[in-house]
Amino acid sequence: MKLRNLALAGSAMLMWVSAAYGAEGTIKIGVLHSLSGTMAISETTLKDAMLMLIDEQNKKGGLLGKQLEAVVVDPASDWPLFAEKMRELISVHKVAAIFGCWTSVSRKSVLPVVEELNGILFYPVQYEGEESSRNVFYTGAAPNQQAIPAVDYLMAQEKVQRWVLAGTDYVYPRTTNRILEAYLKAKGAKAEDIMINYTPFGHSDWQSIISEIKTFGSAGKKTAVVSTINGDANVPFYKELAAQGVKAEDIPVVAFSVGEEELAGVDTKPLVGHLAAWNYFQSVSAPSNAAFIRQWQAYTKNTKRVTNDPMEAHYIGFNMWVKAVEKAKTLDTNAVIDALPGIEAPNLSGGVSKMLPNHHITKPVLIGEVQADGQFDVVYRTNGLVPGDAWSDYLPTSADLNADWTKPISCGNYNVKTKVCLGAKAMH
Amino acid sequence: MGKLVPGYGARRKTRSVFLSLAERHVTSVLAVWVDTIRVLFAVAALLSFSIDTARSQEPAVPAPPAATALATPDALVAELPNADFDRKGEVAEALASSGHPRAGQVINALVSGTLNGTTDGRVVIEAGDATKTYTEAMTGTPVMGLAEDQLTRIGVNNRLRRVLRGLYARLTLMSPDAGIRRQSAAAAFTARDPDTLPAIEEAIAKETVPAVQNALAIARAAIILQDAAAPEFDRVAAIEILKARGDQDSMSLLLGLRDAESPAVRQAASDAAAAIEAELSYWRALQNVYYGLSLGSVLLLAAIGLAITFGVMGVINMAHGEMMMLGAYTTYVVQQILISSAPGLMEWSLLIAIPSAFLVAAAAGVAIERGIIRFLYGRPLETLLATWGLSLVIQQGVRTIFGPTNKAVITPGWMSGSFDAGHLQITYSRLAIIVFSLIVFSLLIVFLKRTYSGMQMRAVTQNRRMASAMGVRTNWVDAFTFALGSGVAGIAGVALSQIDNVSPNLGQTYIIDSFMVVVFGGVGYLWGTLVGAMTLGVANKFLEPYAGAVVGKILILVFIILFIQRRPRGMFALKGRAVEA
Repeated sequence: MKLRNLALAGSAMLMWVSAAYGAEGTIKIGVLHSLSGTMAISETTLKDAMLMLIDEQNKKGGLLGKQLEAVVVDPASDWPLFAEKMRELISVHKVAAIFGCWTSVSRKSVLPVVEELNGILFYPVQYEGEESSRNVFYTGAAPNQQAIPAVDYLMAQEKVQRWVLAGTDYVYPRTTNRILEAYLKAKGAKAEDIMINYTPFGHSDWQSIISEIKTFGSAGKKTAVVSTINGDANVPFYKELAAQGVKAEDIPVVAFSVGEEELAGVDTKPLVGHLAAWNYFQSVSAPSNAAFIRQWQAYTKNTKRVTNDPMEAHYIGFNMWVKAVEKAKTLDTNAVIDALPGIEAPNLSGGVSKMLPNHHITKPVLIGEVQADGQFDVVYRTNGLVPGDAWSDYLPTSADLNADWTKPISCGNYNVKTKVCLGAKAMH
Repeated sequence: MGKLVPGYGARRKTRSVFLSLAERHVTSVLAVWVDTIRVLFAVAALLSFSIDTARSQEPAVPAPPAATALATPDALVAELPNADFDRKGEVAEALASSGHPRAGQVINALVSGTLNGTTDGRVVIEAGDATKTYTEAMTGTPVMGLAEDQLTRIGVNNRLRRVLRGLYARLTLMSPDAGIRRQSAAAAFTARDPDTLPAIEEAIAKETVPAVQNALAIARAAIILQDAAAPEFDRVAAIEILKARGDQDSMSLLLGLRDAESPAVRQAASDAAAAIEAELSYWRALQNVYYGLSLGSVLLLAAIGLAITFGVMGVINMAHGEMMMLGAYTTYVVQQILISSAPGLMEWSLLIAIPSAFLVAAAAGVAIERGIIRFLYGRPLETLLATWGLSLVIQQGVRTIFGPTNKAVITPGWMSGSFDAGHLQITYSRLAIIVFSLIVFSLLIVFLKRTYSGMQMRAVTQNRRMASAMGVRTNWVDAFTFALGSGVAGIAGVALSQIDNVSPNLGQTYIIDSFMVVVFGGVGYLWGTLVGAMTLGVANKFLEPYAGAVVGKILILVFIILFIQRRPRGMFALKGRAVEA
């Protein structure tokens, strides 16, 4: 107990020191993305995107009259190391905000640290929901901004009646599939028409699973695969789909973790028509997007570099943070957290996203079909923007919960029926 | 939609003939050749019907339904760039029935994504090659001077693509090329568009190639099955044809008739589906064996180099996976060089990559052995830690040079796609890997058993001091052996680049599996590695459908742990004094 108090006092002092220090130097921004290990394939790009955004802001004159400075650390795809690096960023480098994490397990690992040290984390990747923290801003999609609209599209457009939910075996696919299963059953799908399949990280031999999917798909009902397969396993998965001739016209695969970047290593000609649901595609035609792509390719000095959805999330998140700091006129964490809800920033698909009281943002949902050149053609987009929902309405345990971090509720898991805040223990 | 299905009446008179045929093969014993005969019967029966059909229908055929009589084909096509998906479907439908000579090309361009709208309102087709030349869609005249930013590709979605393929099939059923006719018949089978039925029946009457005729008969059966208004007898006959085809697509169609109104159709369909299922379940078991052998051959390739460095030399090399990764990256570099300097050799890029990968990985192997491992012989724990650290260094080095993203390694044409052997689907890339792994294995065995260097290697392994006393330079043999093991790992990398990610993490995925195979097979015994790899591969594939991939893998690990408890030296243990040395 004594130790804990000491630690609290220490961190309070550090924060005071940081505020004093920040007054004359630069404003530091933490970038917490893996630059080595399995996740480097996806996260390195986000680090570069953050450096570019910070660079741009400095060219515009910085923030509050000061220049911004990126502090890049490498958590090396090692989940406990994420927590250590987060502690280092806040306590040693005294960063004003952190942009980082990709996998849900890394986010879960930093969560206690960022709450204890009262930091601000912007998390840019689509995730499973069922979580809310005062210190985290979720700029990626919640399940209702990606998974549910995608399934709706398949039901309406492709008349799909039979579902394969295939995912990598960890928290994001498992929770998403739990939500989807509940949703599909609510929409009248029978238990025997849903097949759930999990594979380990980096699974590379998909022969029998894809043949199983083909067998499952030949029961006289239109079948689709909803894929929450993550990371490295995707390339062999798509290669095997192509090799076994599973055509999008017969059994379409809709993926939630496959973007332009992941398809970079695959020949997409046999995969034309398979789908992905995101809130942004590089092929979206909007002036702001064209400008962003130009800027990105100039910054990376590579005219073939692709942009993707989590990059857009960082773009929105960073601009929201800048606006919130300008509105609060201080870097004080509490002031910025209170200023963020209600802030609006343009997204890259031509609209304006808004930070909601539940620390999620409004986004359009786009469904794209893979093209022969590895890009996606948008075949569907929602009318207007969809507000992110932290707690799914389709799971009995979270249907009545709501997150609202503005006064007077200020609670991450407010039960709208009983009007009770469940509190920190049940938050995540 | 076309409710008019011609020829039903004409077919009834042959009903008794057909029933007697059906009875005959129902009573016959279930054997493989019966199916062949069944197909012949079905085709023969259909052939006789369709000739009737064609005769009785001749005057009616040349008048296709005009869906949009008002708009000219040119006006319709001009609409395409700004139409939504539904309208695009209607336009294509009208175009197909217009009889316009370019209709086929336009629909094919639309489905393959080469149809573009220009900024000045024209519609052009892009040539399929990389020449970036364009032709006017409805006239076929070349269009000059179009820049890419003046073009917008006319998009399609899956639903539309299905419709378009059906329409294109209808237009190409009469193509002079038998191959195209067969493809069209297959496309018509998938599209199941009732409006295509008259065209199919006409095509059946004129068809002379039996294989195409069979494909057409199957497409016709599929369409009739979908039509609830078709006479019961006809639908039952169609079910028989699909039963004879006996594959998964047919079963899917038959199972779709579960809710058919007519009890006879329902019964026939469920009987046929059960018969197909019974046969397919054998094929599925066979397919699992094949998948297992294919996984086993990948394991064999990954483990075989380790069987030399670990099995023969006793060095625990955690950087073994990185040698494979280097091999895969060598493939990538070779392909990049070929693309820029000799594109004509791309088909053979893998054959060029194999020796290159061997040399690169072998050179890295020599460097590792001379630089690190030779100081650590007899200290397994230090070797393990040093090579593990080295593996991280190599990974990060590759990541710094090539970047963290996956590299696209091109699969040569002769290795893509698949063929059917019975109901067994065999992909060329996997088959190539199985054959390749066996070749590498045999070469290695021959090398170790039949050559002088191989004999020196075995001598050093079995009794280092005696070999040294006989004048063998043991430390050079060590370096050579390590280089050989690493080089073989490099070759494995070439094969893996065809089925897995070419990323800095490639090796990590395989290192545990490789050790597992070598330990399970028996350390120091190459045949053990072969049997071990194949056993684990097949066991894995049989467990996967029941236990799932995650639990399957755990079960295999548990099994190996128990097995090693019983037989610590693996399946094939070396015996004699060599073991003690």
